[in-house]
Amino acid sequence: MNEIELKNVSFAYPGDETNPPVRALDNVSLEIEKGSFTAILGHNGSGKSTLARIMCMLDTPEYGSVIIDGRDMTADGITEKDVLDARRKVGMVFQNPDNQIVATIVEEDVAFGCENLGIPSAEIRRRVDEALETVGMTKYARHAPHKLSGGQKQRVAIAGVIAMRRECIIFDESTAMLDPMGRREVLETIDKLNEEGITVVLITHYMEEATRADRVYVLNDGRVLTSGTPSDVFSDPETLWNASLDVPQTTELLYKLRQRGLDVPLDVFDPEKCAKVIRDALKKKKTADGA
Amino acid sequence: MKMDITFGQYVEGHSILHRLDPRAKLIIAILYVVAIFLASNVYSFALIVLSAVLITVLSGISPMIIGRGIKPVLILIVFTAVINIFFVRGEHLLVGFYFIRIYREGLVNAAFIVIRIVVLIVCTSLFLTYTTTPIALTDGLEQLLAPLAKIKIPVHEFSMMMTIALRFIPTLIEETEKIMNAQKARGADFSSGGLIKRAKALIPVLVPLFISAFRRAGDLATAMECRCYTGGKGRTRMNVLRAGVKDFVFVIGVIALGAGVVLLNKFAGGFRFGLY
Repeated sequence: MNEIELKNVSFAYPGDETNPPVRALDNVSLEIEKGSFTAILGHNGSGKSTLARIMCMLDTPEYGSVIIDGRDMTADGITEKDVLDARRKVGMVFQNPDNQIVATIVEEDVAFGCENLGIPSAEIRRRVDEALETVGMTKYARHAPHKLSGGQKQRVAIAGVIAMRRECIIFDESTAMLDPMGRREVLETIDKLNEEGITVVLITHYMEEATRADRVYVLNDGRVLTSGTPSDVFSDPETLWNASLDVPQTTELLYKLRQRGLDVPLDVFDPEKCAKVIRDALKKKKTADGA
Repeated sequence: MKMDITFGQYVEGHSILHRLDPRAKLIIAILYVVAIFLASNVYSFALIVLSAVLITVLSGISPMIIGRGIKPVLILIVFTAVINIFFVRGEHLLVGFYFIRIYREGLVNAAFIVIRIVVLIVCTSLFLTYTTTPIALTDGLEQLLAPLAKIKIPVHEFSMMMTIALRFIPTLIEETEKIMNAQKARGADFSSGGLIKRAKALIPVLVPLFISAFRRAGDLATAMECRCYTGGKGRTRMNVLRAGVKDFVFVIGVIALGAGVVLLNKFAGGFRFGLY
């Protein structure tokens, strides 16, 4: 069962007198399975944020269809209410942690979405406490958001989304503005949510973050350049380099070693394991040379 | 650097005044102002002063902080006192020196007016700003005025605007500092020259600040839409305000104070306040 399915989606931002229209997405099709972890990669301007906006129904595509939880949201006769219903299933965490927090107290902000849904007060209270517990921010429930670090703010935003009991969360470059500490905190939280069965779509330009996904889509100039498991996608670094994208550092190293004739696999993303693989390959080579 | 920005003058605390329902505090503040203006003789003024002292003690806020609150209006207080002393004409002349004529009525009036202003400021700020966070105040106001939504007054929208404004004040202050530092690093000078030169120097700070504020507003609107915000209709609240016994006791207390003031005005003599 697919949580989100895009079929031949195209989208252009309308131009004006000085700017021509910009084609942001061109015939993009993708499937996001329920409970899966999908990463969408691409450099700036590749159309990945537009894709996120379409998956959240903030924008409607020019052509093609968006199917959320089996329901075609681009079909005729879709009302405002249907869109709201779909939005209850798919949540989004944005790039700038400051610009998505509404309230002046952490727990009030986490409650905001639930309040909009008209959930009874006692139930909101329970969900907010639970959500804060999940992201590890219970201690800060009564704090003012502006005094938190970037990673903490982003975790508050995540808590706000999970308190609404969303099936799917889209992270639109949610780690891009964070320091390494904050990034790690947020990524750990994302992993945890995925383990609990929430469908995760991680939009990023950090290749290392994409290695944890079940499936990777690489966007370039509004088209899907390549897709597959991380091992599939990164085993062909040339394609990515041609699209001026990086591959994970481990892949790059292993790829270059392989060109020099060392027999190593490409799909090892963990630095420790990568070191071990190289060590083993060197040992093997030595015995082979010696023999 | 993280700044500790406190809005208004909220003083952290757990006194009974802090714990009152913000709606009750709003009502109390209004009734209290009425009571202050009803007072018109020495005895009723004494009662008002007594109640103000009682409230101050209950709030647990140091008189130093309260004193600081009066400072900005000190000029106003002195000015009205002086006007009253020198310009009120009455029957009992105390000083007659050329054109300076001070009457006893003038002195009495000045004293009453000073007491009135001081008590007014001290008590309203004790109830509203010192012991209530701006956000609680906004909530209280929203729920108190909720019936007005029936006659199409956008009460919820106003309170949402207030909340967002309060939320973004520290963010924008931080941003202003950042921009100012960036401009300083490029040689901008904010601290010398006359008023006009300084105002002009702020333009390169204000332009990026406004641009970024608009971008933030756009982002926030998107984020709110994503979180299913559709306005006040059908919305519930996590923290529902509940008025308790202490709230009713306080409201009744203030009403009793007003009644006491009226009675003392009527049946007790002494110096009277009024325009002669």
